[in-house]
Amino acid sequence: MTTILSIKDLRKTYDDGFEALKGVSLDIRQGEILALLGPNGAGKTTLISTICGITTPTSGTVTVGGHDIQADFRAARRMIGLVPQEIALEPFEKVWNTVRFSRGLFGLGHDSARIEEILRKLSLWDKRKNAIKELSGGMKRRVLIAKALAHEPRVLFLDEPTAGVDVELRKDMWAIVDELKAAGVTIILTTHYIEEAEAIADRVGVIDKGELLLVQDKKTLMAQMGKKQIEVMLTCTIPSIPDSLAHHNLVLNRQGDALIYTYDTNAERTGITTLLNDVAEAGLILRDVQTRQSSLEEIFVTLVSGDAA
Amino acid sequence: MNWTAIAAIYRFEMARFFRTLAQSFLSPVLSTSLYFVVFGTAIGSRIQQVEGVSYGAFIVPGLIMLSVVMLSISNASFGIYFPKFLGTIYELLSAPVNFIEIVIGYVGAAATKALFVGLVILVTATFFVEIRIEHPFAMAAFLILSCLSFSLLGFIIGIWASNFEQMSLVPQLVVTPLIFLGGTFYSISMLPPVWQTISLFNPVVYLISGFRWSFYGLSDVPILLSLLAILAFTGICLAVIGWIFKTGWRIRS
Repeated sequence: MTTILSIKDLRKTYDDGFEALKGVSLDIRQGEILALLGPNGAGKTTLISTICGITTPTSGTVTVGGHDIQADFRAARRMIGLVPQEIALEPFEKVWNTVRFSRGLFGLGHDSARIEEILRKLSLWDKRKNAIKELSGGMKRRVLIAKALAHEPRVLFLDEPTAGVDVELRKDMWAIVDELKAAGVTIILTTHYIEEAEAIADRVGVIDKGELLLVQDKKTLMAQMGKKQIEVMLTCTIPSIPDSLAHHNLVLNRQGDALIYTYDTNAERTGITTLLNDVAEAGLILRDVQTRQSSLEEIFVTLVSGDAA
Repeated sequence: MNWTAIAAIYRFEMARFFRTLAQSFLSPVLSTSLYFVVFGTAIGSRIQQVEGVSYGAFIVPGLIMLSVVMLSISNASFGIYFPKFLGTIYELLSAPVNFIEIVIGYVGAAATKALFVGLVILVTATFFVEIRIEHPFAMAAFLILSCLSFSLLGFIIGIWASNFEQMSLVPQLVVTPLIFLGGTFYSISMLPPVWQTISLFNPVVYLISGFRWSFYGLSDVPILLSLLAILAFTGICLAVIGWIFKTGWRIRS
């Protein structure tokens, strides 16, 4: 797949000496959705701000569609749309005018049909004549997206797009992201919500203390680092794990009516068949069996806490 | 040059002005009328004429400059400070525009608004006094240059300010005293010799003198000196803005 955005050894040290980015290198493929995960102050917003031109990098290079963000900033920025973390909008301006302004600012002539299409897609058409201050928080977020899409960017940055929005709107946002991806837009989103990355990203990058800890295909990451558990539920309660099952390293749940077995999905033999045979031989009767895979959240916590092997 | 972006900024800024057109129009009409009532009628009844011009007519160029200078500064400083305050400046910084284009958009809009108000005051004044404009081209040039140069100063103030108090600091503590002591309501020749000399260090004296010359052919300082002073002031403002552009001072981290 073609690389649309290439970051090489990007560093940013602020005037007070704080190193926000410590040599980040990353290639982003055209048309993918990359989720950047990281705790507060990890460098996610600095990374986005630097690529978009809001912050000047200390060293390193970034190219967007082959255009250097500093030497050829006009061509590079025309390809980028940014939805910031904070709701930053002129309260007295009308929705239509603010979207029109954004399009003009990026050098594109007025196109009513295009603006209408964007507003309709974001369910803002009915609000086009409203002043921003009359809109709800969720609607304001949609306006920010409309502004970012007004100049038809090929790369869209969404900085914490669903921070503080309700579940319904979050699902709407995901649907919008899906539509944009279908239209070929490359999307880079930062998020605190692991479920968001899990639900919509193709690849996941984990950033902490200005360093990119890893970037991996979401499924591969979960398969590599994810542990799976099988919960064997019994028809009766038992006081402790029978000796004949001790070698399986089982955990008995608090109620004493389920055995929990953790196994590696990548291992040649998972040991599930042997376990189930041994459970039957021990005279225990199965009521139900459930499996559970570790979430991205657990993987993320493991990575940033430095426990990653 | 990204002219579409410049036009977008200009249009967006002017929209703010048109939203409050009634205020923008009524405010200068009212304040000018008050100045004529207080200064023109009350004081003018005691000062019949200044160098052959009725006192009411004499103060018109100064009154126009007073409003134009203050409005240029406030419009431009507010124009760029508001996006900083709201956070919407992210869009300007991430757009394919350079700083010169941003300056042209904001300063152009601020200067246009100030020019509009200047013209409203001029028209309002004709209802109170008889005005003649001996050098209309020079008048237009002084007016436009003043709008532009003080809008540039306003833009610098807006970039520099980190709160609303700082925004009004320079206009209130520096510009207002300079304007009131710069011959808005009197001729420098009416002052004692020592104060005449001190006044020559006030740059606004050159501005108002040149502008008044374009109306009545009267000036406190030579007209060329006035023109050079306003050009030099514009040059200094442009140099400061050029430096801000290079360093990204108070804009880009």
